[in-house]
Amino acid sequence: MEFAELIRTGQAQAELLRGPEEPPLRGTLCITGHHLLLSPGPQATPDLWLLLLRNVDSIEKRVAGDSGTITLRCKDLRVLQLDIEGVEATLDIARSIEALSSLESVITSFPFFYRPKGLRLGDAWHFHPPECYYKRVARETNAWRLSEANEDFSLCPSYPRAVIVPRAVDDSALARSARFRQGGRFPVLSYYHAPSGTVLLRAGQPLTGPQKRRCSEDEELLRAVLAGARPGARGFIVDTRSPQAAKQARMSGGGTEPKAAYPGWKRLHRPLERGRPLQESFVRLVEACGDLEQSMDRWLNRLESCRWLSHVKETLSTACLAAQSMEQEGACVLVHGAEGTDSTLLITSLAQLILDPLSRTMAGFQELIEREWVQAGHPFQLRCAHSAFSHARPKHEAPTFLLFLDCVWQLGRQFPLSLEFGEGMLLALFEHAYASPFGTFLCNNEKERCLCEVRTRTHSLWSGLRQPKEQRKLRNPLYVPNPLAIWPSAEPQSLRLWQGLFLRGTHPPEPSEVAWEKVWQIVTDQEKTEGSQPTDSASEPGP
Amino acid sequence: MEHIRTTKVEQVKLLDRFSTSNKSLTGTLYLTATHLLFIDAHQKETWILHHHIASVEKLALTTSGCPLVIQCKNFRTVHFIVPRERDCHDIYNSLLQLSKQAKYEDLYAFSYNPKQNDAERLRGWELIDLAEEYKRMGVPNSNWQLSDANRDYKICETYPRELYVPRIASKPIIVGSSKFRSKGRFPVLSYYHQSKEAAICRCSQPLSGFSARCLEDEHLLQAISKANPANRYMYVMDTRPRLNAMANRAAGKGYENEDNYSNIRFQFVGIENIHVMRSSLQKLLEVNGTKGLSVNDFYSGLESSGWLRHIKAVMDAAIFLAKAIAVESASVLVHCSDGWDRTSQVCSLGSLLLDPYYRTIRGFMVLIEKDWISFGHKFSERCGHLDGDPKEVSPVFTQFLECVWHLTEQFPQAFEFNEAFLLQIHEHIHSCQFGNFIGNCQKEREELKLKEKTYSLWPFLLGDQKKYLNPLYSSQSQKSAVLEPNTVSFNFKFWRNMYHQFDRTLHPRQSVFNIIMNLNEQNKQLEKDIKDLESQIKQRKNKQTDGILSKELLNSVRPESPALKATLSLKEQALLPVNDVLRTIEGSSPADNRYSEYADEFSKAEPAVVSLEYGVARMTC
Repeated sequence: MEFAELIRTGQAQAELLRGPEEPPLRGTLCITGHHLLLSPGPQATPDLWLLLLRNVDSIEKRVAGDSGTITLRCKDLRVLQLDIEGVEATLDIARSIEALSSLESVITSFPFFYRPKGLRLGDAWHFHPPECYYKRVARETNAWRLSEANEDFSLCPSYPRAVIVPRAVDDSALARSARFRQGGRFPVLSYYHAPSGTVLLRAGQPLTGPQKRRCSEDEELLRAVLAGARPGARGFIVDTRSPQAAKQARMSGGGTEPKAAYPGWKRLHRPLERGRPLQESFVRLVEACGDLEQSMDRWLNRLESCRWLSHVKETLSTACLAAQSMEQEGACVLVHGAEGTDSTLLITSLAQLILDPLSRTMAGFQELIEREWVQAGHPFQLRCAHSAFSHARPKHEAPTFLLFLDCVWQLGRQFPLSLEFGEGMLLALFEHAYASPFGTFLCNNEKERCLCEVRTRTHSLWSGLRQPKEQRKLRNPLYVPNPLAIWPSAEPQSLRLWQGLFLRGTHPPEPSEVAWEKVWQIVTDQEKTEGSQPTDSASEPGP
Repeated sequence: MEHIRTTKVEQVKLLDRFSTSNKSLTGTLYLTATHLLFIDAHQKETWILHHHIASVEKLALTTSGCPLVIQCKNFRTVHFIVPRERDCHDIYNSLLQLSKQAKYEDLYAFSYNPKQNDAERLRGWELIDLAEEYKRMGVPNSNWQLSDANRDYKICETYPRELYVPRIASKPIIVGSSKFRSKGRFPVLSYYHQSKEAAICRCSQPLSGFSARCLEDEHLLQAISKANPANRYMYVMDTRPRLNAMANRAAGKGYENEDNYSNIRFQFVGIENIHVMRSSLQKLLEVNGTKGLSVNDFYSGLESSGWLRHIKAVMDAAIFLAKAIAVESASVLVHCSDGWDRTSQVCSLGSLLLDPYYRTIRGFMVLIEKDWISFGHKFSERCGHLDGDPKEVSPVFTQFLECVWHLTEQFPQAFEFNEAFLLQIHEHIHSCQFGNFIGNCQKEREELKLKEKTYSLWPFLLGDQKKYLNPLYSSQSQKSAVLEPNTVSFNFKFWRNMYHQFDRTLHPRQSVFNIIMNLNEQNKQLEKDIKDLESQIKQRKNKQTDGILSKELLNSVRPESPALKATLSLKEQALLPVNDVLRTIEGSSPADNRYSEYADEFSKAEPAVVSLEYGVARMTC
């Protein structure tokens, strides 16, 4: 394997510090193609410590005397410190980590080598494939159909092979609508809200351009959407850009749907932060969270000026807007920004969590992420190339998915009984999105995943999460199915910093973990006592 | 009542504080001798005690009527619109009168009658016995004794009658020291740590000026130091900022000169005075009362109010105190200026960190009785019970409760009580419904004959104990545990449930606390059922010792038997409705969401900014 060229040292003696609460580990350090290993010897617990090199976001080395120190800042926001014997060894290890952690090739990445016990390649990639959902909607509504127009990814490289579109629109019209939308992302169904008979759609921006081009097939498609909903239904187009930004986009070929061309549809602008400003917001928040000595005023000032919680607020209230339009106004909603692969997905997926009880279950949430993020073409590879610590010049990085997880965390805090998954699930998703032994978040879209044969050559995260030993960490012990919509409060007083994530590197684990352990205990006690019966010895007659 | 001109006004609108859409509830407003009551069309009642009213404001007349804004001391804000200006004016005037009583005798507590007889009332007052508490701490003992010097309030009017002092401190020393201390508040014992033999003592600032000395005072401090065999030196904590303490020297007051006192370690801890705290809270309330508040304005307001900075300062001081005792076994003398505000905060919080007893429901009551009520925290002035000097009002006790809340957040299993308990106590320091917090010191309370004329709050809280229990509390792990809170800035959060207690729309829609509470209760009940059933089986078995037990009989005692199953499921049903209540509040119905303005938008030609509020109007209680 060509990794060998990048590994400059065999092994070294080192001590590892993993944070203020955990005891240091001392042992033999060694590097493989994908991992940093520390073996403290057979008697110690744990007897082996492993770090996926892809998880390393930034590396800092210092040498003094005849030893050195390497500080690894990980993409999952943990900070690790290695004290290594020998200057040469330190430098070699640092160089090896640098080289190996920045490899960009997908097919040599760890998921292609990961073969865990208990999982077989070719196991179901996901247990509730999105096609099933689409088929169900098509069956229930009779106004929608599953189209295979994108079978070879020719209409839209960032869509999956199967998409769901109005029954009244044929594949050739889809092709023309695709040419009229950025990235070929023609309007497709994202969610069908059965109680109101309305639908949630997503797309890329229309390519109206300075000449104000129109596309009759695209117009027809949106007309068919309204016709397929209840009679007299109207629609909202939620544009995630400001009116100015949308207007400006026209200069570069993009734009918005002209009102006259789309009767029955009304456009609303709800600007959401994206791209580099969002990444900077994330970086500044993490920076602020790393400073233990700062005064109260400084901390509050930094919390304010990084604007992260403002983004959370804007996102949540826009998602509520979309959800309310459907549930109460009985209107169909189309969401798009520019490309339709970032803030658009934030809104469509959150709106579903608010409205749809099924998406709040363990299986439903996984399906939602597979359908609305992975298959909907959120470019994970580009967005999650670096996390908050990297010194590399940001290119396409943006913590859109993290913002989604934060919003879900806020929902979970406000409705602690209504989500079947707990904080552990959200943390796991965050970690796996940035560095994972599983293939689920590899590549930027289905087309790339097909080319890399991700489905046949790697394991799916969803099978990984199904293993019984993971369950306690991921589940919410207090879950009670809640058939209603859950409307969160987006007031600043109701939002909180997600400490379990942002303070994980600097802060000892919240004592609430202990409390949750107690909650688990109470809940399992409950199950035990409810299920138990008088013991046999007491009920059986004596001999 | 002579102040009430209008007792009932109809067609009054109650606006939602945070709504931008002017949605309102229409109902009837009633004015009684003790409460302002609003009953809306759904028969939901909003009661506002006159004593809770901090300010009433009549705004400029609008087309729909005359707006009346009432701000309460428990941080409720209500905004009424009264159709006729005359009515509004009458109510406004009445409330101004009723909310600011001139005499103690007009306070609610003197007319409140919970239908208890005299014996019950007296038992209520005897529930918390401070002599018992000092005994629990281990005093009197060979080093500390009960002093009768203040038995008739001769030395210090604002101290209790019973004071504990070092055994070697003679009466002349005490008297001499008291003359050298502001308001005569000489150093006395507040908390004794039995295993470390170290003490928390409290006093007021010395009248040292630039150079004055007092040998008796120096002796008394030495006596405190000597009463601790474990450590030669003691700490003297001045809880004020250094600058304030120095300024006091010009007025003939000040702080201890380390050269004059042997073996003391002097320390300033920098908690601001009551005026700074009052205006800080004022700023905080202004910020979080803003309609349509943005995240940035919220945090910059939180920062500029300085409120959390002050909370952290109090907490840091308490930690310093607890560490001196727990780690160094050193006694600590705490004072500020008069020794009844910051000193009470630091002494009580320090004790709370050191002693798990104070983290129980009853222990917390004892702590408040001891460090706040008996040592003369001026509740009536600080809470503005009577119409008095507004400059004496300050949220000192509120800050103490907030510090305790922060501790409960950091140590979710360390406290027997929950947040509701703290909120309830806060409610009652202002309500004047019970006698505990009326008056400014014990002497005044005795003169008011509170124990004869009013009721004590504590038995009522204990009677409702179930509501205030923390389901996660584990008393085992707390034995002798000293809490060591982390005061890194991240750990201080805005206490939404206090400052927005009545703004239900801002709160989580589901309560983990309630559900765990229920689960816990169900567990206990089910375990008891199992035990009952098992013992029934055993009884039957014993009766059947001949071994002719028939299958039918056996079956009849197992839970499958219809009769027993019925009782079991009945019990479950009794518990279930609570769950159902929780469940029904989870989501929201369409009617609850302010959507009307959105529908209008549709018909308008211009795409306007749509302002929607989400998840509002979930009235969860």
